[in-house]
Amino acid sequence: MQHTGPSETLRAEPRPGASVEARDEGGALVLRLAGRLDAAGTARVWGASEDALRGLGERRLVLDLTGVEYADGAGIALLFDCVQRAERKGGGAELRGASDEVRGQLELHDPDVWCGGPQPGREHAGLVVEVGHASVTAWTEARDLITFTGAVASALLFALRHPRQVRWRDVVRVSEKAGVNALPIIAIIGSLMGLILAFQSAIPMKKFGADLFVADLVAISLLRELGPLMTAIVLCGRSGSAFAAELGTMKVNEEVDALATMGLEPVRFLVVPRIIAAVVTTPMLAVFANLCGLVGGAIVFLSFGHPLVAYYRQVQGAVTHVDLLGGIFKAFVFGIIVAAVGCARGLQTGHGASAVGHSTTRAVVSGILLIVIADMAFALLYYALDI
Amino acid sequence: MSAEGTTPKDEGRDVVIRARGLAVGYGKTVVQRDLDFDVYRGEVFVLLGGSGCGKSTVLKTMIGLLVPLDGTLELTGASFVGADAKERARLLRKIGVTYQSGALFGSMTILENVSLALQEFTDLPAEAIDLVARMKLGLVGLRGSEDKLPAELSGGMRKRAAIARAMAMDPEVLFLDEPQAGLDPVTSAELDHLVQSLVRDLGMTFVIVTHEMASVFAIADRVLFLDKDRRTAVAIGNPHDLARDSEDPMVKSFFHREPLSEGRPA
Ligand SMILES: Nc1ncnc2c1ncn2[C@@H]1O[C@H](COP(=O)(O)OP(=O)(O)OP(=O)(O)O)[C@@H](O)[C@H]1O
Ligand SMILES: [Mg+2]
Repeated sequence: MQHTGPSETLRAEPRPGASVEARDEGGALVLRLAGRLDAAGTARVWGASEDALRGLGERRLVLDLTGVEYADGAGIALLFDCVQRAERKGGGAELRGASDEVRGQLELHDPDVWCGGPQPGREHAGLVVEVGHASVTAWTEARDLITFTGAVASALLFALRHPRQVRWRDVVRVSEKAGVNALPIIAIIGSLMGLILAFQSAIPMKKFGADLFVADLVAISLLRELGPLMTAIVLCGRSGSAFAAELGTMKVNEEVDALATMGLEPVRFLVVPRIIAAVVTTPMLAVFANLCGLVGGAIVFLSFGHPLVAYYRQVQGAVTHVDLLGGIFKAFVFGIIVAAVGCARGLQTGHGASAVGHSTTRAVVSGILLIVIADMAFALLYYALDI
Repeated sequence: MSAEGTTPKDEGRDVVIRARGLAVGYGKTVVQRDLDFDVYRGEVFVLLGGSGCGKSTVLKTMIGLLVPLDGTLELTGASFVGADAKERARLLRKIGVTYQSGALFGSMTILENVSLALQEFTDLPAEAIDLVARMKLGLVGLRGSEDKLPAELSGGMRKRAAIARAMAMDPEVLFLDEPQAGLDPVTSAELDHLVQSLVRDLGMTFVIVTHEMASVFAIADRVLFLDKDRRTAVAIGNPHDLARDSEDPMVKSFFHREPLSEGRPA
């Protein structure tokens, strides 16, 4: 090939593969590509081509392909990128000397892009836009939540008035999965919690010679606070996520649509049995957790050399029915939260399998968050009521 | 629009579905617009068009899962838009639907899937429900698989089970979204026969989305052709007439199974 014009920039790569060379020719920038424009070769010349095009200005770009032996998708992408840049700058571009093979590749790859103008790149959104988007999302979420709460409340009222319309078989099935099958983990965590509480409090208590009161501390903290809270968190991780995954999968498989077009309200059909099951099982699980915790505390207490009857007396003197019932009522509310959030997240699932995973995560995260917030509200309420 | 659902007539034929200036889509995205068509009682109405052109979207709007973005859509003279729960339930009772992905309830057996609507909406005794459900399954050739879970069936069997479930309540209109995708030619032809006999014997109306051109020619009374780029219907009519007479390049290439030859850059 004859080199007439003065060489402007020379960036030839002598290694085997591809090379690029830029020069000025009668007011146009000629980019001479050569070699094999496959993925490896293109990667080598991409940066150099971009550099060369930076000095293009408003000149016309000529892509000289005479030396190109081979080009695949990567090479075509490079050509496309160069053409786009030239068109954006206003000078336009032309291809010269493409072999039949390269021409074939050019035609095979999307011709629309070659005809169409430059595609606008995705703009990086500014702060204001981001904030706007976030507020809109937050607003939609809040609205969805309110709609969902309303739908659930009305479905629950309906179930109360027409108990025979409730899918009791599902309630039993879910109760078994969420409740009975959770007993081992609740037992382990509950008794360990009792052990830990007792050990941790024993050290300062002993200092004051008050280690008898370890029993009081264990009993009060378990019944009023830790029993229900821990149960709710375990339930959220086990069952809230399961609800979200089940309903999410049904949503993705269009099963929820199928229910709706069969005239079966998804909320009544899917959500109500799960909420009933959670409301029934959570308080029972919380009581079970309390029991296990007390057993754990007792073991530590005995190891200090006190008799069991002393533990029993201490516990009996420390807690009242109000403490127990207050805890159970909390568990009842936590149960509603776990089930409702799990189901809501499940029904909000978008498209595809990854959406199900996303919903499951969101169910656990927002479930735990709401549980803790509700617990805080209970703390204030019980304080105000002096319970 | 009368809420009571007095069925409009057109040239002496009952209009089951009437769309006027209909636009469908998701939120602000319009997928198809300016659709005007009628579906008559007892006909097989097929939605045709390239992948992603919006056939499923139109179908979902017809069955009340999506709200029309514009225009009106009536099912036997009544609309899902603004309908209260009772009216909605009444409309839903008239239709049966199969979804592109089958949408069988994964935690129930095939028989339970088919029985579900009967259990929920009728006062039939359990034996009767069982019998009806088994009959419907027999109709689609699934005798013997009643107690299997959907996951234990082949793709084609799942499609047929979904059709049996859609027919459980003997609806007036059956909407089938790609019932033949993944079926072997024999089963596919059997499904054609099933559709034809349901139309002939029971006067059922079908709205079908399919890509199976052989089946379209065999069973469709009319097709509505949706175009992806123009975002609207480009042809409506009998498939044999359209295949012979249509001048539209999109319709032509579809019926003659040729790639669209647009001018590619040299
Ligand atoms: N849930 C959704 N939200 C937003 N857009 C959607 C949604 N579902 C589908 N779409 C878009 O709507 C358009 C039409 O989709 P639709 O599923 O109706 O196509 P189709 O004609 O049924 O295609 P196919 O023949 O492949 O089933 C597509 O561009 C798709 O991306
Ligand atoms: Mg579709």
